[in-house]
Amino acid sequence: MIPEYLMPVVTAILYIVLAPLLGGLICGIDRKVTARMQGRVGPPILQPFYDVAKLFEKENPVVTVAQNAYVLSYLVFMAVAGALFFAGNDMLLVIFAFTLSHIFLVLGAYSSYSPYSHVGAERELLQIIAYEPMIILTAVGMYMVTKSFFVSAIATSGIPIIFYLPGVFIGYLMVLTIKLRKSPFDLSTSHHAHQEIVKGVTTDFAGPNLAKIEIAHWYEYVFLLGVIWLFFAWSPLIAIVVIVVAYFVEILIDNTFARVKWQLMLRSSWIIAGMLGLVNLGVLYYLKLVVPS
Amino acid sequence: MIDLSFLIAFPALVALLMLLISGQKLRSALVIATAAVLGLASIALLFLNWDKNTVLVNFPFEPATEVMLVIEVLLAIWILYLGVKHRKWLTFFLMFVQAGLLVWFETSYSIHIERGFNLFIDQFSLIMALIIGIIGSLICVYALGYMETYHHHHKEIKDRRKLFFFTLFVFLSAMFGLVFSNNLLWVFFFWEITTICSFVLIGYAKTEEATNNAFLALSMNLLGGVAFIAAIVYLTNLDPNLLHLDTLLASGQAVALVPAVLISFAGITKAALMPFSSWLVGAMVAPTPVSALLHSSTMVKAGVYIIVKFAPILTGTTEGLIIAMVGGITFLLASFMAISQNNAKKVLAYSTIANLGLIVACAGVGTYNLMWVAILLIVFHAIAKSLLFLCVGTVEHRIGSRNIEDMGGLIVRMPKIAIMMFIGMAGMFLAPFGMVISKWAAIEAFITAPFGLIFIAILAFGGSATVFFWSKWMGKIISVMRDQKVVEGTVAKEKWASLYILTGLVVVVCFAFPLISSLLIEPYVLNIYGHTTRLAQANLTIMIMMLCLLMITPLSMLFYRKKPAAIAPPYMAGRPTPTHMSFAGSLGVTREVVLSNYYLPRFFGEERLFMAGTALCWGLLLIAGTLLAGVIL
Repeated sequence: MIPEYLMPVVTAILYIVLAPLLGGLICGIDRKVTARMQGRVGPPILQPFYDVAKLFEKENPVVTVAQNAYVLSYLVFMAVAGALFFAGNDMLLVIFAFTLSHIFLVLGAYSSYSPYSHVGAERELLQIIAYEPMIILTAVGMYMVTKSFFVSAIATSGIPIIFYLPGVFIGYLMVLTIKLRKSPFDLSTSHHAHQEIVKGVTTDFAGPNLAKIEIAHWYEYVFLLGVIWLFFAWSPLIAIVVIVVAYFVEILIDNTFARVKWQLMLRSSWIIAGMLGLVNLGVLYYLKLVVPS
Repeated sequence: MIDLSFLIAFPALVALLMLLISGQKLRSALVIATAAVLGLASIALLFLNWDKNTVLVNFPFEPATEVMLVIEVLLAIWILYLGVKHRKWLTFFLMFVQAGLLVWFETSYSIHIERGFNLFIDQFSLIMALIIGIIGSLICVYALGYMETYHHHHKEIKDRRKLFFFTLFVFLSAMFGLVFSNNLLWVFFFWEITTICSFVLIGYAKTEEATNNAFLALSMNLLGGVAFIAAIVYLTNLDPNLLHLDTLLASGQAVALVPAVLISFAGITKAALMPFSSWLVGAMVAPTPVSALLHSSTMVKAGVYIIVKFAPILTGTTEGLIIAMVGGITFLLASFMAISQNNAKKVLAYSTIANLGLIVACAGVGTYNLMWVAILLIVFHAIAKSLLFLCVGTVEHRIGSRNIEDMGGLIVRMPKIAIMMFIGMAGMFLAPFGMVISKWAAIEAFITAPFGLIFIAILAFGGSATVFFWSKWMGKIISVMRDQKVVEGTVAKEKWASLYILTGLVVVVCFAFPLISSLLIEPYVLNIYGHTTRLAQANLTIMIMMLCLLMITPLSMLFYRKKPAAIAPPYMAGRPTPTHMSFAGSLGVTREVVLSNYYLPRFFGEERLFMAGTALCWGLLLIAGTLLAGVIL
């Protein structure tokens, strides 16, 4: 039996070890489902792992040596952000660590003087400002319901948070599309074939560096889906079902929408954050809901 | 307590010496020695007083007050003269009103204050003194090298360095006076001195633009001064003993609300919040050390100092909420406007205005945990912002431009300065550093405050804008083009010294902030509200660990340096590009690759947002004024 005080350490380590496996698997299933939607057979489920393994075997060409450090920091802080989340820490701290890791990716893209990765970096920043307000409002909403910013307290509160925060949840799904790099919001880089700015932020990364970015993205998947879990944490079964459904919907949206311009992305995500997120929180605030504790 | 009057008088004395010295060597020696004395004296003050709450200091009211009055009248006459000379009738009018009020007040009320406690020190003024004594002095040292180069580059500007350094030290003296004065008449005197010092410094170049902006700053601050003196007249009518800050703050909301709001209005003008933000943006025509001084340790900090001081009075009142809203709107819109700027100093200016707005938003709502955040913000902002201004000033002299678009590849051209700028910027918006700690604490504090949701929304949207404009600037600095040469070359020793110390401070304060919080800020808040706040221990540990991790990751560069990787050219869609990044365009034309950042003027254009902000904030201030008139009548 593990003592109580070691639990956060254990969950954090479990996350660091298992999240890439789970994330890679999700990625593989994603590709398979996407292929079926497009009437293709699709790659094997484990294809993402084969890809990453192969990338690691390749040479590591860089435009400037500093790129290595940026990519490494991106991966490290993404893992840290997720580990903090799964260790049950303060949501706001997790969000700030999460932003920090993305800034490293953006800096890595800037450091190469290629116009493609430059535009990708600018767009990645636009994506950050599009989704960040909504993510902070999500944390604030959870605080308003559970009276705590700590993930551990939110997850074990036993309150059906979703009933208090339906607007916030929809807003979160909206920014999830941006975060998962799904069309119509895959502006800065895309999982599909080359876009108008080639591979955007990842244009000038190859070999092991690209592999690290991919692994960081797997970590990110698990963390982002973990936030959905929090909305439904009072009932793990429902939570898992909702996560599966939500992810399927994201894939569906990915395959049915064309990429939009950044103006529309910024406007729509801010309007959704304002309309659904803020109004939801405003109503909660107004009613001063007495939450059963 | 010899220390307090020493800190006020010593810079003033040095200032007088500055008027006499014209040799660069002698001036250097004196400025550096004074900076050392001021820095050490303020640290000594810390060691003597860190464990005490408010200490009132006996300092006789007369003859000091009479001397101040004479100085004030002389300055007023000088400003009136300048107003006529430059046909600045608004300034003339405001100065006339203010001086008229003051003289009428001094002659018709024979103020009799029996208590002799005209000076005081508590933890907050101790923090302010450290900021002024350390950062302010470092900026003065930096100014030595800067002004040398400045006059070398700008031969057309008359060398008035005697006046320049005189004003710098008077400024520091006035700031010390402001944070140590317990008597509102004295606070007002030092308040006016800072206004006039900034007027002199902004107009230093004597170009048409500089003169106009100097008068703009002057008239806006004089408007605040009128409100300040109105508060003094109001209080004297009630009870002259209330002119002491400690009695006033202890007198409760019913008595102190009117002067608190009037003085907060003065604070809003001085801190350049929204309807008055244009003076601080205009002030960037001044030499860069002046901007650094105005933005970090003096002037605007005087404005927020006084508002934070009155936060316990403002809390829970409609007027306080309105002042907080002015701050909140300023934070949001100024952060947006910073996105659309490519002038480095303008970006810094808008970022300062935004942060001051946030501080005032905290102070206006004024609960205990928000006061804690406000003081923390003052500390972190002062250090990081002064560093950034000094870096930009150095870069400007080396590359001859303050345009961010010209700073591409700075990491190769001026590696040391670029890394310092990087640390300064990280200090302004990245995770384990100072400003984010404050932003985080602010969210947690607003959530329990009345109407806090509005401010949380403002923080969420404004905060993400902050991330955008800082990161794209960072990106510009590190985007590396080949064939770039190191131009760091001949930066003066004094400049390096100031820059190194400030960079060190940005990092050290992040590590030491739990200590600053528990030794100074928490006791101060506890003393006023009866309870205090802090970051949870678990979070602190994680922050420190993240900070360490962040410092380790650059070390991975050493590892990568060792095994040289294949260096590939940047991706150019397969076009052959030589190292200087040009490619064969259509019709055989050779084109250079030029990359430019996004400024999104149609979303975040300065003009439109400024109009909206001015209208909103004036509207709010008018409502506050109406409410106040209701209270008085």
